[in-house]
Amino acid sequence: MPKERLVVVGNGMAGCRVIEEVLKRDPERYEITVLGAEPRVNYDRIMLSPVLAGEKAFEDIVINDAAWYRDNAITLHAGRAVLRVDREARTIEAEGGLTLAYDRLILATGSDPVRLPLPGADLAGVVTFRDLDDVETMVAAADAGGRAVVIGGGLLGLEAAYGLVRRGMAATVVHLMDVLMERQLDEASGWLLREALSQRGVETVLGAQSEAIVGTDGRVSGLKLKDGRTIPCDLLVMAVGIRPSISLAAQAGLICGRGVVVDDGLRTSDPAVFAIGECAEHRGVAYGLVAPIWEMCRTLADVLTGDEDAVYEGSLLQTRLKVSGVDVFSAGKFSGGEGCEDVVFRDAGRGVYKRVVIENGKVAGAVLFGDAADGAWYFDLMKRGEDVTALRDTLIFGQAITEALRGVDPKSAVAAMPDSQEVCGCNGVCKGVITTAITDLGLKTIEAVRAFTKASASCGSCTPLVEQILTLQLGDAFEVQTGPKSVCGCTSHGHGVLRKRILEEELKSMPAVMQALEWSTPDGCPTCRPALNYYLLAAWPGEYRDDKQSRFINERAHANIQKDGTYSVVPRMWGGVTSSLELRAIADVVDKFAIPTVKVTGGQRIDLLGVAKDDLPAVWADLNAAGMVSGHAYGKALRTVKTCVGSDWCRFGTQDSTGLGVRLEKFMWGSWTPAKVKLGVSGCPRNCAEATCKDIGVICVDSGYEIHIGGAAGLHIRGTELLTKVAGEDEAVWAICAITQLYREEGWYLERIYKWMDRVGLDTIRAQIEDADLRKALYDRFAYSQRFSRIDPWAERVAGRDGDEFNPLSRRLEFVGA
Amino acid sequence: MNAMLIPATGLWTDVGAITDIPRRGARRVPTPGGDIAVFRSGDNEVFALRDRCPHKGGPLSQGIVHGRSVTCPLHGLAIDLASGEALGADRGQGCAPVIPLRIEEGRILIRTDG
Ligand code: SRM
Ligand SMILES: Cc1cc2nc3c(=O)[nH]c(=O)nc-3n(C[C@H](O)[C@H](O)[C@H](O)COP(=O)(O)OP(=O)(O)OC[C@H]3O[C@@H](n4cnc5c(N)ncnc54)[C@H](O)[C@@H]3O)c2cc1C
Ligand code: SF4
Ligand code: FES
Repeated sequence: MPKERLVVVGNGMAGCRVIEEVLKRDPERYEITVLGAEPRVNYDRIMLSPVLAGEKAFEDIVINDAAWYRDNAITLHAGRAVLRVDREARTIEAEGGLTLAYDRLILATGSDPVRLPLPGADLAGVVTFRDLDDVETMVAAADAGGRAVVIGGGLLGLEAAYGLVRRGMAATVVHLMDVLMERQLDEASGWLLREALSQRGVETVLGAQSEAIVGTDGRVSGLKLKDGRTIPCDLLVMAVGIRPSISLAAQAGLICGRGVVVDDGLRTSDPAVFAIGECAEHRGVAYGLVAPIWEMCRTLADVLTGDEDAVYEGSLLQTRLKVSGVDVFSAGKFSGGEGCEDVVFRDAGRGVYKRVVIENGKVAGAVLFGDAADGAWYFDLMKRGEDVTALRDTLIFGQAITEALRGVDPKSAVAAMPDSQEVCGCNGVCKGVITTAITDLGLKTIEAVRAFTKASASCGSCTPLVEQILTLQLGDAFEVQTGPKSVCGCTSHGHGVLRKRILEEELKSMPAVMQALEWSTPDGCPTCRPALNYYLLAAWPGEYRDDKQSRFINERAHANIQKDGTYSVVPRMWGGVTSSLELRAIADVVDKFAIPTVKVTGGQRIDLLGVAKDDLPAVWADLNAAGMVSGHAYGKALRTVKTCVGSDWCRFGTQDSTGLGVRLEKFMWGSWTPAKVKLGVSGCPRNCAEATCKDIGVICVDSGYEIHIGGAAGLHIRGTELLTKVAGEDEAVWAICAITQLYREEGWYLERIYKWMDRVGLDTIRAQIEDADLRKALYDRFAYSQRFSRIDPWAERVAGRDGDEFNPLSRRLEFVGA
Repeated sequence: MNAMLIPATGLWTDVGAITDIPRRGARRVPTPGGDIAVFRSGDNEVFALRDRCPHKGGPLSQGIVHGRSVTCPLHGLAIDLASGEALGADRGQGCAPVIPLRIEEGRILIRTDG
């Protein structure tokens, strides 16, 4: 009996693997023919990245060489694309007039790289990254040096860029989204990846939309972005995605969606034709990685060798990036819905970030950066759907530690450990060293053990073990937490440490701080984010970009939210002085926008209450037109400078208190501070401006200016303390700015001046303000920071900044007209 | 005039792209039945709730988004974005109704059932 004829279209990963699987099951059953468009034997496509990087040669990545085809009596037609399938006649027609008959046909045509339809896409030097020819084109271009731009910050794009850098080119990845590999990575790991790539010479431009490819003499010379920038380049790689290659199947009249539609037995709409690999669409999914392909091939081989009921049920995916020295793993979901819990571990020393998502007691996903050794273990737990509740405490430390502690009563296991057993692998510390330190030195905390023995001081993965040794030795005397209270549940560090390390380690972004200080959540919480945002703003004026999503609504919308969801608007009234022009403009705004309430505030200015959010920019535009700016009545910022009439009018006035107040407010407005800052300037000790219950108050006297600090009249009524006395107005301004700067640099978020003063001591503050050099340095830093702060946030928003804050997402569901 | 653009209830309406909402932010969609708040988390998930806090009706769209919850701007109740339920100590304090939502090719579709 003649053998059945099995014809495979596509000599790639899927096409050859399915043949291997069939041969394993029944080597005699079929007469096998493979046709491949590529003029070569079957190779490992995913290893093209190391080939591009020069880390491997083509010979190293061949999966099946010519001998394999020969030994297994497989006919290979390499370099012949199949052009047509005739399902009636059960024949295929390939390039070069070759016609072959089949009993069973497998389509394994893979996918085609997407080419963005940008102007200039057909210029020479514009390539995709899919097969060996592409790699050869890129290597040739790289030999000439120059710069490459890669569009697409996914796995493929990053591997291409890295490879080109290894080949001596400069490379820039241009990515549409604000996070690299955003389908696989969260913001924290995406940030780490970006840093790691930049250390390896790969630049990244995020949130960038490509507009056109520009060229000279028919060759690419740059990529133009929508924002107007043009990045020059000699090679442009498009790595923006793949599309299942279905033209052959579609021509043959097989049902296609995104891919060739197959059932659980990998059959297409014609039972004699099968499809596998990237060209297939199974249960609505077309895959783009090899793991599902291996599973499909096993099922299809079963079906082809007699087990017609074999079923492929779809695959869970895991991704690893192949950039040397950058360990990245991602699987499943890294953001769950209800009932999900994040377990996060960071090790700043080793640049490690791990996040495991647990849903209903099971591992639902994991993102690992810097140490992905346990990726396979998490993936396995995820696939098996094992309940991990019992492992919850050690899960994040990985398989070795978890299994060491599993099942055994941790206490007895630790007790049974010999003194010579190593506890901390990083620093080579044995159990005996730790127990001796605890007894001899009287250590009671993990921090102390860390400081004296270095155990758990590096990667921290042995922390649970060290803690158990402490518990064993000390029982209840073990102090779990010491030192200043932490900022919030996301970190064990207090505000002081945070501020110090931001400066010392030049941490300039939120992900940088969270990684360096080993945050235990992926991206913080409403307690730490606003604090961090302030600390970064204060530490890096002009450099750090304010994160408005880390601000509470008032500071985000630059107005105070009211109980009914409307807002209040308080324009600045410098030192409480106004004019007919301002008052008229306010009156006009009130009429124009039908603002229900106009009230004089306790801070000597006028509050317009009940403004709809959508109207805010228009209200501000009118106020701006009359010269008024934001009063920051909503901010942890300089609020009001209350003044009295002073020597200009008052018969007791000793100095120009109004003038000084106006001068201070005009210089200091817009500055962000740990908590609100209110100033008062009274012209004489009768103190009509209530300066002695302000954060900073000035009492003018004949011989000069008394500067007081630390007052408040809010929840706690506090009179000020006299800090210093100066003779002239300039010196008063310098001193007040210096105090404010010291507070900006040292205060903890939400800590008002009086609380800061209680914490650090009035004398400490005085010592710095009375030292001429220190005072001048403080003043200079304040003045520098003000260069970026004295900008009216209202005017910026009138001009369009943060427009999405004030406009609804869509008006489609609204009544129109009426 | 009285022209209306309200789709028949039960239909999916495209209200914008995911990227129209800042990460860890929210936008409002006004409807005749009151505002709908559409949220985008730091992890790029999108949720929609009626823009009314179960406590005293605060506009949830104006709160701080963290993880999969939002903190109400008025008195700080934390609300789970997936279920609209109050979280933590305020659990059981009521719920902001969830609006059915679908994502298609980066576009946000919501459905109002009247
Ligand atoms: C409008 C105003 C009341 C008025 O109608 O006079 C006011 C209104 C609010 N005050 Fe005040 N305070 C106002 C003057 C004061 C004063 C008097 C002053 O500044 O001389 C005080 C006492 C002085 C002080 O601050 O020590 C004052 C002590 C407070 C406190 C307590 C602060 C504390 O540290 O204990 C709060 C609560 C807070 O800030 O956390 C507060 C908070 C608020 C908030 C922001 C409450 C809120 O979060 O919504 C109110 C905003 C309403 C709005 O939309 O405008 N307000 N508040 C005053 C605005 C002044 C301005 O022009 O900017
Ligand atoms: C650079 C690179 C790195 C990658 N890295 C990874 C990774 O790290 N992990 C991972 O899981 N996946 C990775 N992938 C994806 C992985 O390579 C694919 O999922 C896999 O190759 C798909 O297998 P396939 O057989 O479906 O398609 P292919 O391997 O593309 O094979 C299809 C073959 O069919 C041929 N063909 C198409 N049409 C016809 C026709 N009409 N006639 C004849 N022949 C035809 C094509 O020329 C091709 O040789 C990577 C891909 C690339 C390009
Ligand atoms: S005292 Fe201040 S916070 Fe209290 S109701 Fe009056 S304005 Fe509001
Ligand atoms: S209205 Fe939301 S917490 Fe009060």
